[in-house]
Amino acid sequence: MTKKRFNILEHELVPEHIVLSKEEAEKVLEHYNIKPEKLPKILASDPVVRTINAKPGDIIKIIRKSRTAKKAVSYRVVVEETTAPTLMKK
Amino acid sequence: MVDTGITKKIGRIEFTLLSPSEIRKMSATKVITADTYDDDGFPIPMGLMDPRLGVIEPGLRCKTCGLRVGKDGCPGHFGHIDLAMPVIHVGFVKDIRDCLRATCRECGRILLPDKRLETYREMRERYIKEGKDPALVLKMLLNECKNVEKCPRCGREVGKIELDKPTTFRENGKKLTPSEVREWLEKIPDEDLPLLDIERKAARPEWMVLTVLPVPPVTVRPSVTLETGERSEDDLTHKLVDVIRINQRLQENRDAGAPQLIVEDLWELLQYHVTTYLDNQTSGIPPARHRSGRPLKTLAQRLKGKEGRFRSNLSGKRVNFSARTVISPDPYLSINEVGVPIEIARELTVPVRATPHNLEWCKMMVKRGPAPTTEDGKYLPGVNYIIREREGMKQRIKVTEKNADDVSEKLEPGMKIERQLMDGDIVLFNRQPSLHRMSMMAHKVRVVPYRTFRFNLSVCPPYNADFDGDEMNLHVLQGEEARAEAEILLKVQEHILSPRFGGPIIGAIHDHITGCFLLTFNNRKVPLDNALQILSAVVEKEKMPKIYKDENGKSYMYGRDIFSALLPKDLTISFPAKVCSHPPCDPKDCPTKTCVIIEKGVIKQGVIDENAIGAFKGALISRIIQDYGNDGGRKFIDQVTRLGIAAISVFGFTTGIDDEDIPLEAKRQIEETLENAKEKINHLVEIYRRGELEPLPGRNLDETLEMEIMRVTGKARDTAGEIAGKHLGLNNSAVIMAKSGARGSMLNLSQMAGCVGQQAVRGERIHRGYRYRTLPHFKKGSLGADAKGFVSSSYKKGLTPTEYFFHSMGGREGLVDTAVRTSRSGYMQRRLINALENLKVEDDLTVRDTDSEIIQFMYGEDGVDPMRSAGGLAVDVNRIISDIEGGR
Ligand SMILES: [Mg+2]
Ligand SMILES: [Zn+2]
Ligand SMILES: [Zn+2]
Ligand SMILES: [Zn+2]
Repeated sequence: MTKKRFNILEHELVPEHIVLSKEEAEKVLEHYNIKPEKLPKILASDPVVRTINAKPGDIIKIIRKSRTAKKAVSYRVVVEETTAPTLMKK
Repeated sequence: MVDTGITKKIGRIEFTLLSPSEIRKMSATKVITADTYDDDGFPIPMGLMDPRLGVIEPGLRCKTCGLRVGKDGCPGHFGHIDLAMPVIHVGFVKDIRDCLRATCRECGRILLPDKRLETYREMRERYIKEGKDPALVLKMLLNECKNVEKCPRCGREVGKIELDKPTTFRENGKKLTPSEVREWLEKIPDEDLPLLDIERKAARPEWMVLTVLPVPPVTVRPSVTLETGERSEDDLTHKLVDVIRINQRLQENRDAGAPQLIVEDLWELLQYHVTTYLDNQTSGIPPARHRSGRPLKTLAQRLKGKEGRFRSNLSGKRVNFSARTVISPDPYLSINEVGVPIEIARELTVPVRATPHNLEWCKMMVKRGPAPTTEDGKYLPGVNYIIREREGMKQRIKVTEKNADDVSEKLEPGMKIERQLMDGDIVLFNRQPSLHRMSMMAHKVRVVPYRTFRFNLSVCPPYNADFDGDEMNLHVLQGEEARAEAEILLKVQEHILSPRFGGPIIGAIHDHITGCFLLTFNNRKVPLDNALQILSAVVEKEKMPKIYKDENGKSYMYGRDIFSALLPKDLTISFPAKVCSHPPCDPKDCPTKTCVIIEKGVIKQGVIDENAIGAFKGALISRIIQDYGNDGGRKFIDQVTRLGIAAISVFGFTTGIDDEDIPLEAKRQIEETLENAKEKINHLVEIYRRGELEPLPGRNLDETLEMEIMRVTGKARDTAGEIAGKHLGLNNSAVIMAKSGARGSMLNLSQMAGCVGQQAVRGERIHRGYRYRTLPHFKKGSLGADAKGFVSSSYKKGLTPTEYFFHSMGGREGLVDTAVRTSRSGYMQRRLINALENLKVEDDLTVRDTDSEIIQFMYGEDGVDPMRSAGGLAVDVNRIISDIEGGR
């Protein structure tokens, strides 16, 4: 018997996440004149990323509720693991 | 275009340990003598001031490299001390402990079988790849080693290793000497080091136990010669003397075969001196002290904390061309100006490069000499120095009364003169603590007599300055670019609106508000002579008020018309007044007619108070800046403050303790109210004692009682205040100040005239002190009003001794809170600033860091600059509607 799992995408505090298509992603990068690695990151292991089935390298559009702007759009690139600078050499 | 290319990137920074052989290799000399100089003042060879360690006296040559002191000169050279016995390095005790805990004393291997080691090796590799801290792997390994009883390789019984702070290690309670520790560490094979989080290339674990101590060059610890000719050595030198002395004694005693006890004592003493040499704030041992009793500043103390190398010499430095003195007010200066005393103006200079175009002017300036005045003795800027640059050599010639003419003749294009401050120079002005950007603003200089910096009172709020002895700093800008930037970005008028809340932070305060209030309240009729005197204070009038005549033929003006003289002709605005007691009030049908309606630059209704012109609140200031720019705003504030001061001077204004006088009848009423409250409390306590008190939801009986009592005492004070307030009308100076927002509050007044009220510590009635009671003046277990800190007296009447004591308890809590808050929030702010200081809003409104990584896709999510917003919002819809209506 499988338990019915709670769909986190429906939770009020989880903002809308949309996986961008290749063309859309291209457009975003061009608009901000930026390489994907300069975008904010989100771990592939993030619960929402797993739920919407995004893969490393994908760009996700996140639409949040905002106190100042009502709606705030941001983009994140999915990464395998953190790329934060390490203290040690590899 | 955002450049994503990285020009230079630091790959990595590595910190490694010095090996004993490395220390010896870089040493210029072995140091064996604890003395520094001989009787003739020459450094003793192989002493701490050996000339091979470098030179500090100018002219002398270094015995090692042959260079002199100074730039490109001798950098100084390390020496070394051979320690008779090894000592633990305090900086590494934790690492040593980990090494001892993880390895076998017999064979030196990690206390786990090969299979486990392999697992940990893989885990470590993975951690590094994923960017996690590999020290966490060591932590896990140590945890596993804790449970090992026997070495899986040689079978030796594993002892329990303890670190006895600061530098003693014990195995099963038995002391390990540093020699034993070092022998143990030596046994650890290289291949096990990575798992102990030690890089083989960087260090061997036994190097954490010192056998040889590097002696820093004399340039690091220069000695100073006092006026008396006496030499004073650096703290480090003092400490090194101690180390060498004990080291010598230890060596002699050991060699002479002294008893073990004596050798051990000396060994421990050597450990103490080396430890304090490295860090004199090691917990667990008394800090080494100077003869005067001052703790020595040793290696760690040189780097650590606010006074350390990083925060005090690298992140921030002392600067030239700056001045500091006491501040005082000057209402006749513009908010953009600062009054600089002549003495300071003569010392601070602005560099001016002589060119063919200004050569004559420069010559004239130089000719004036260093302290010129006009014929009637007024200040004139002179020249302090002339700077000539030839073949890269800078030459500074001091201008004196005598050589002024000569030097002036020799002046050529390309040379620089350092001209003294003059009116209109732009300078930075600052008051600490510099908590926001308005703590440092650009002002224009006005050279003034006397010895204080002076500025307009409206600029007090952004600096949080008052004149009870505050001092402020002034910096003279030295370059054209800096001056241009200051002029455009940093001038006071560019900061009237705060980026914090979008409202004015610079505006009228105290007497300015009282003055304007007196002028406009009830649309006062001002006799013509007074009116003209007030108006004469206003330099830039938009229009002249109309003159009326009364039945006696006396001419007068209306106060509101006088104030309207400052208002732009096309200004139309309405807003609620601070004095209006009906918030939120629509000015059009304000019951008290105090809310403001301005049409075409004329006040039609209302009174000017804090809500109109005050710092933090002034709606008029906000509007004028929105419509007429920062220049308009500056003019308005300059004029309004002058008008306010002129008005209050003409009308006269004073306050005293008799402003809190209330009729006997009112006093009786207040007493009765308080008596009733006390009775009510006694009643509550009685019900509680009888166990008949109904608990509030979610509270127990005691809490319920306390809450009920707090409510009663709160209400009693409010009622007392109301009764007192009834007799304190707007003919009362203190009330005028409170109601107009100039200073003080009605609560202050009701505490002075009515009753001070319940004192609290930690939000509760006062309950600490003696057993079962707060003070011995009360019965044990008393829960009444008086026994728990209710102050029924007024400040004017005076407090009883017990009331006074409770009041002090409440006051003390406030003081402690502020003290704790400032240090905590200061640290928090430091970290926030360090994290955010290099973020920047780009042209496309994204917020990016220096790697142009995006932090925020739209600044503040809405892209609005709060300084240019309408109270934080992008558009003020009501304003647009009222503008359209007005234009109809
Ligand atoms: Mg002060
Ligand atoms: Zn040298
Ligand atoms: Zn072993
Ligand atoms: Zn009103």
